[in-house]
Amino acid sequence: MALLEVEDLQTHFRTPDGINRSVDGVTFSIESGQTLALVGESGCGKSVTAMSILRLIPEPPGKMAGKIRFMGRNLLDLSDKEMRGIRGNDISMIFQEPMNSLNPVLTIGRQIGETLRLHQGLSQKEAEQRAVDMLSRVGIPEPTRRVGEYPHQLSGGMRQRVMIAIALACNPKLLIADEPTTALDVTIQAQILDLVRDLKTDIGAAILLITHDLGVVAEVADRVIVMYAGRKMEEASVPELFANPKHPYTEGLLGAIPRLGSSLRGATARLSEIPGMVPNLKKQIDGCLFSERCYKATDICRKIAPGLEEKAPGHVAACHYASKEMVPA
Amino acid sequence: MLALAARRIIATVIVMAVVALFVFSLLYLAPGDPAAVIAGDQATPADIARIRQSLGLDRPFFIRFGEWFWRILQGDLGRSIFTGSPVSELIGQRLGPTISLMVLTVAFAVAIAVPAGVFAASKAGTWVDNCFMSLAVFGFSVPVFVIGYVLAYVFALQLEWFPVQGYTALADGVWPWFQSLVLPSITLGCVYMALIARITRASMLEVLQQEYIRTARSKGAAELDILFVHALKNAAVPIITIVGIGIALLIGGAVVTESVFAIPGLGRLTVDAIMRRDYPVIQGVVLLFSFVYVLINLLIDLAYTLLDPRIRY
Repeated sequence: MALLEVEDLQTHFRTPDGINRSVDGVTFSIESGQTLALVGESGCGKSVTAMSILRLIPEPPGKMAGKIRFMGRNLLDLSDKEMRGIRGNDISMIFQEPMNSLNPVLTIGRQIGETLRLHQGLSQKEAEQRAVDMLSRVGIPEPTRRVGEYPHQLSGGMRQRVMIAIALACNPKLLIADEPTTALDVTIQAQILDLVRDLKTDIGAAILLITHDLGVVAEVADRVIVMYAGRKMEEASVPELFANPKHPYTEGLLGAIPRLGSSLRGATARLSEIPGMVPNLKKQIDGCLFSERCYKATDICRKIAPGLEEKAPGHVAACHYASKEMVPA
Repeated sequence: MLALAARRIIATVIVMAVVALFVFSLLYLAPGDPAAVIAGDQATPADIARIRQSLGLDRPFFIRFGEWFWRILQGDLGRSIFTGSPVSELIGQRLGPTISLMVLTVAFAVAIAVPAGVFAASKAGTWVDNCFMSLAVFGFSVPVFVIGYVLAYVFALQLEWFPVQGYTALADGVWPWFQSLVLPSITLGCVYMALIARITRASMLEVLQQEYIRTARSKGAAELDILFVHALKNAAVPIITIVGIGIALLIGGAVVTESVFAIPGLGRLTVDAIMRRDYPVIQGVVLLFSFVYVLINLLIDLAYTLLDPRIRY
């Protein structure tokens, strides 16, 4: 049994001008200890998927359907109280903006200690002590002094380390990292990724990594799902996806990665881009959601939405034209 | 923190000096001549002139201000023109009821309005929110004396839960004291509560949008913890600001409330003094109110730094 199985997840939002299908029928699973990356451009529903797993979507206006099975239990069936017992304990989350994700008026120690007090019943004092341990584990110097400080006294990278300390304090089985490095300097990004990877190995957690940065995916993920307009377009192992992308959208994303030294070689100095915009998710679209922007699109793409098909072993894509490898019989 | 306190206290002293100048000018700005009032209807102009002279009213403005201010610095507020007793003594006799009324009003208002504003914000757009906010509009719009008479009629005359009028000193028992002040405090506090509830709601709405609230949810914190620990502390600065500024409202309202409920406090003393053009008493009371107001707002400024570690002056 997989650690997390998301089945046909639909997260829709009621808005004054129609229903916004932010996530529309997404299915995937994560095994213990695995790192799964969810990639796609802004507004493709990757963050909403992450928030849906922890049921952090406000309802209304949001509405979730489908199944989110975590260790066999469907999270959508749990009471609010049961759900609170899972948040920060079995499943925890780190966010994109370390500047805004920490409470400015509570001390670092208090914020790290809070999960420990909530889920492990530690006293204020024990929690504070464990917070010091956590700070040194995430590589913050002088943890005994830092524990009494406030977020505004720390740099961006330090704050993200604090967020990681909060998320990992209770040894979660699943860590959801929503663009954990996007707001950081490149040098700090690498440090934070290393830290996440090391700690993950230490406590044996699985990671759901939300990112638009394929460089980060290549660095840390085992498998990758490409999302577009609230749907899963392609899923494969990381080496397979980079070597052999099936979906034209994935090709487009990979083509848009700048490569060091590419301009020196002359000819292909210009990065490829994907023309057009993400479709309006409030409109019912019959055909492939990507067809308007796809260089391969034909009439069938505009009329019939392609289903997810296994195009190679362990590699699925939703495209009429993705070549299917012959699987040796 | 100490340097800040020192700076703010110096500023307060300057503010108080300016206030004193204004208070003193009242005597010149207000219509009516105290000498004429004291002399009565039958007095000749010579009588009035003699009284003016004996009160020192015929001497130049700044000399009199200087003398007056110097005496105030020594704690001497002068004597009532009317009764001849020292103003500080008159104020001292009336201080207890007014302070009791104010303290209870602030306590009631904060205890009711802040949670109301917090819940209204957390349920923004629902019927709970609408109920609280309609009540707040009601609290704003109904005049103090109407609320006072209605409350007195229902809870004192009909239900007989509280005395209709009058004041029992704290020394005569905590419960009678409390009972005598419940209706006046609620009456006086209506506008104040409405104000605090609205500001709390607005401030909380903004804070609840913040990402650290989402972080708190993702940690598994319970909703009440999120509202009252994670959010309220962040929303507190505007709330306590309005609590402080609103004290001015209470000072004005106390005059009416004390009349409605026949409480022998400073409000009544002020009204009586104004009727009689008893300037030393008016000056003393206004000076005291200003001092209390400035002092409370000074304390609130200092409290900002305790509530929000980012605030440094």
